[in-house]
Amino acid sequence: MPIAPEESKKTAQIKLVLNGEEMDVAFAPYKTLLEVLREDLWHTGTKHGCELGECGACAVLVNGKPVLSCLLLALECGGTNVTTVEGLGVNGELHPLQDAFADLGAAQCGYCTPGILVTMKALLDSSANPTRDMIREALSGNLCRCTGYLQIFEAVESAVLNIAEAKKQASAA
Amino acid sequence: MTTPEKKDKAEDLRVIGTARRRVDARAKVTGQTRFADDIALPRMAFCKLLRSPHAHARIRNINFSRALAHPGVYLVLTGKDLRIRYGVLPVSQDEQALCLDHVRHVGDPVAAVVAREELTALNALDLIDVDYEILPTISNPEEALATPTPRIHEYGDEGNIHKRVSLQFGDVEASFAESDEVFEDTFFYQGNTHLPIEQHAAVATRDPDGKLTIWSSTQTPHYLHRALARVLRMPAGHIRVIATPNGGGFGGKSDPFHHEIVISRAALILDRPVKIGLTREEVFYCHRGRHPVLMKFRTGVKKDGTITGMHLQTLIDGGAYGSYGVASTLYTGALQTTTYHIPRYKFQGCRTFTNKPPCGPKRGHGTVQPRFGQEVQIDKIAEKLNMDPAEFRLKNAVKPNSLTANFLELGTVGLPECIRQVVKVSGWNEKFRKLPEGRGVGLACSCYLTGAGLPINANAMPHSGVQLKLDRGGGVTLYCGTSEIGQGSDDVLAAIVAEVLGIDTFDIRVYTGDTDLGPVDLGSYSSRVTIMAGNAALQAAERVKSLLAEAVGIKLSVPTEQLRFADHYVYDVGATARRMSFRDAICLAESKFGTLGTVGSYTPPKSAALFPGGGVGPSPTYSYSAAVVEVEVSPETGWLTVSKVWIAHDIGRALNPPLARGQVEGSVYMGLGEALMEEMEYRRLPKKFSHALVHKFPSILEYKSPTSLDMPEIETVLVENPDPRGPFGAKEVGQGPLLPIIPAVANAVYDAVGVRVDESPVTPEKIVKALAEKKAGRAPRYGPKHFPAVNWGFTLFVPPPWEGGDGYALSDIRSAAHRAG
Repeated sequence: MPIAPEESKKTAQIKLVLNGEEMDVAFAPYKTLLEVLREDLWHTGTKHGCELGECGACAVLVNGKPVLSCLLLALECGGTNVTTVEGLGVNGELHPLQDAFADLGAAQCGYCTPGILVTMKALLDSSANPTRDMIREALSGNLCRCTGYLQIFEAVESAVLNIAEAKKQASAA
Repeated sequence: MTTPEKKDKAEDLRVIGTARRRVDARAKVTGQTRFADDIALPRMAFCKLLRSPHAHARIRNINFSRALAHPGVYLVLTGKDLRIRYGVLPVSQDEQALCLDHVRHVGDPVAAVVAREELTALNALDLIDVDYEILPTISNPEEALATPTPRIHEYGDEGNIHKRVSLQFGDVEASFAESDEVFEDTFFYQGNTHLPIEQHAAVATRDPDGKLTIWSSTQTPHYLHRALARVLRMPAGHIRVIATPNGGGFGGKSDPFHHEIVISRAALILDRPVKIGLTREEVFYCHRGRHPVLMKFRTGVKKDGTITGMHLQTLIDGGAYGSYGVASTLYTGALQTTTYHIPRYKFQGCRTFTNKPPCGPKRGHGTVQPRFGQEVQIDKIAEKLNMDPAEFRLKNAVKPNSLTANFLELGTVGLPECIRQVVKVSGWNEKFRKLPEGRGVGLACSCYLTGAGLPINANAMPHSGVQLKLDRGGGVTLYCGTSEIGQGSDDVLAAIVAEVLGIDTFDIRVYTGDTDLGPVDLGSYSSRVTIMAGNAALQAAERVKSLLAEAVGIKLSVPTEQLRFADHYVYDVGATARRMSFRDAICLAESKFGTLGTVGSYTPPKSAALFPGGGVGPSPTYSYSAAVVEVEVSPETGWLTVSKVWIAHDIGRALNPPLARGQVEGSVYMGLGEALMEEMEYRRLPKKFSHALVHKFPSILEYKSPTSLDMPEIETVLVENPDPRGPFGAKEVGQGPLLPIIPAVANAVYDAVGVRVDESPVTPEKIVKALAEKKAGRAPRYGPKHFPAVNWGFTLFVPPPWEGGDGYALSDIRSAAHRAG
């Protein structure tokens, strides 16, 4: 009879707010935030490309700041506010970044896309009108092997304009 | 992006050629695309592979009793459980899912552990004792030529030579004798890897009825299907392969892999789902990437710049297994004749085994390396002849619908237009040899297949099939065996069907990559999907359209040829008010004909290249590209910056222009990575350790690839001259635009600082070394100095078409020349 392996014992437990929803989760204490998100909380939108902090695919926002979830122990995330790609849209409507990425060819295989989207959301949250150089800089930790980045820059710039336009219309109304 | 040639407005296309959100875009931007590693099933177990730490060794014994006793471990497998060899090519069935008694490179798998948790499986790997007898290793082709024994494989052309090719199309030496000058240059192209951000992953399960299902990030579900049936000794009909959308492929997920076979066996034994996800280090060791190739070009020219003949030799580092290597070898010599008219051509290629991870197909498969050499040599020739390199290329450009010396049948040829476009948009005439020291421009061109003309497993069946189902609610469902690897193949299929049936792409459900659901498509490789699956989709859509038209025509009393399908209606072009909704048309046709469904398929035209080795190179048509790269080079440090890239690509027709542009820019990006920094480098561990050949840096951090900070501006020109062979005139775009980038960078460096770097990647270190040579008064060059002696064996002589050739080798009994004596 196979015996329960020590490794899998879910002896750690935290509370966190994930995409606006309060969550309790128990997990094996060695697990990273990435692993807990994907394997214990069933949020598989966040991807992994190296699990060594090199590719940026696993980026999520912790308290609004982009972090590499593969380098962060989930145990360190108790009480934090975590945003993943699943939390970008509101009530079934895509975030302007998501719309722009979808329309302008910024997602090819789509694997690096979740990490890039949340990283760009953090940029737009801190700077309403970033220059291309700021976009380049903010994206430099997220590798994309498909696009050559240019259509990503353009999508972010397009989203910036759309967000500004929506704000203008909201304030006029 | 600009499109110089306006499309014919009379065609009135509503979907094709318009900028559209791709059908799978929403899934991708919401994180809902289900990649292989996103799949989790009840009772799922996890697998890890124990891989060889030695580059070459015999396995004397494997003792896994401690691993099996480890808590949480369900199963340990070794080579004894999976004895049957496989390989993607019928001629290279040289792999084993787990090595039985011989490991050939660091990373070769020797055992597998399946456990309740992934970490448990990983920990249990340490409890497997393998007794190795270490063998001498071969690190490069020259060593392989000099060391025929011990052999890495028991098969191959000779010693550690895997494949040797020697083909001659006309008497090249006679052409050289009549030339005003014969240029001889050697080049080295370094190996590099795909680096998809998604690591390979797969889940296998035994279905309730006992059959097998596997989900895997594979570009070639059909070839995986075949390999599984072979190794597991199961009827293929009892195996279902589902290619999940790939998180990048670039050729690296085109072979059947060990881990896919291992978890399939494990799932069958355990009767529960088994998952595996490779680590990044494992992905580096799986490799199958760009072959390192040493090349020697001899090219004869007349004073006026006419090319008289070419002799190309390639020495190829294959790594430890066959993979696609026989095809790769032929590809290093197949397409030299497709850009410029070369009346006589000789090609000799030799692929050796070495004790490194196997090389295979990467974007531009086998043709990137010789294109680099050819295009740099042309730059040298043009300079010597005092000709502008653009002019030299235009003068020698091949003609459309012509046959090459090696019997490749060209379709439309947009090469001259591509050259003219990049010359114009880059300001070439104001820049070339005119920019200040340290700045320069380089031009290069290329050509690529639009789908391999011959199947890997010889047969007369279609290369792609599409099935369409129409339902009474107005929905259309498309089934095809294609694999969506990010290139947009699902959108291509939906767009073609939507255009024909006058509906929207989002009205179509696309089921692809599933061997149970869709007809066979050979896979996402060789830039074949748009032309082959696209033509199959076009045929299926036209067939169902004619059924609908017949029913509607009778009902509305309109001749069918007068019916037009657009905007969800079928209407009379003469009286647009006379119309019927698409949904009603389906119901009407179903009442008349019964359940509606059609199939379409595509088989490439027969090849004219009938000589042995002629199976690699033929394609229904070819794409063309031209690029100008501008660089800045520091004469002190050699630091190289690419400031801008202009590229024109002959795509035939862009089905979805932003996606087409994305393929061009992605190719430029990947080409720049190869040109500037990417390399698979190995080193030997010290003898007192294992003397193994290990990857110098199997991590994304140290395997340098361009980031968002490194990308220059790219100006893309899509040259649209529809080719009747492609669906709506489309040709390939996914690979061709990579090829001109690497030589264009090297040529630009020469324009900037007057030194030749005849080796990829073009690094500051090499530039500095070449500058030092220049300063010392020696040849201002960095690159290989010699090409070793190779026993090429018998050379097949094939007279070119204009010398009476019929596509057969002279010695071939089927050749008319042979029969005539």
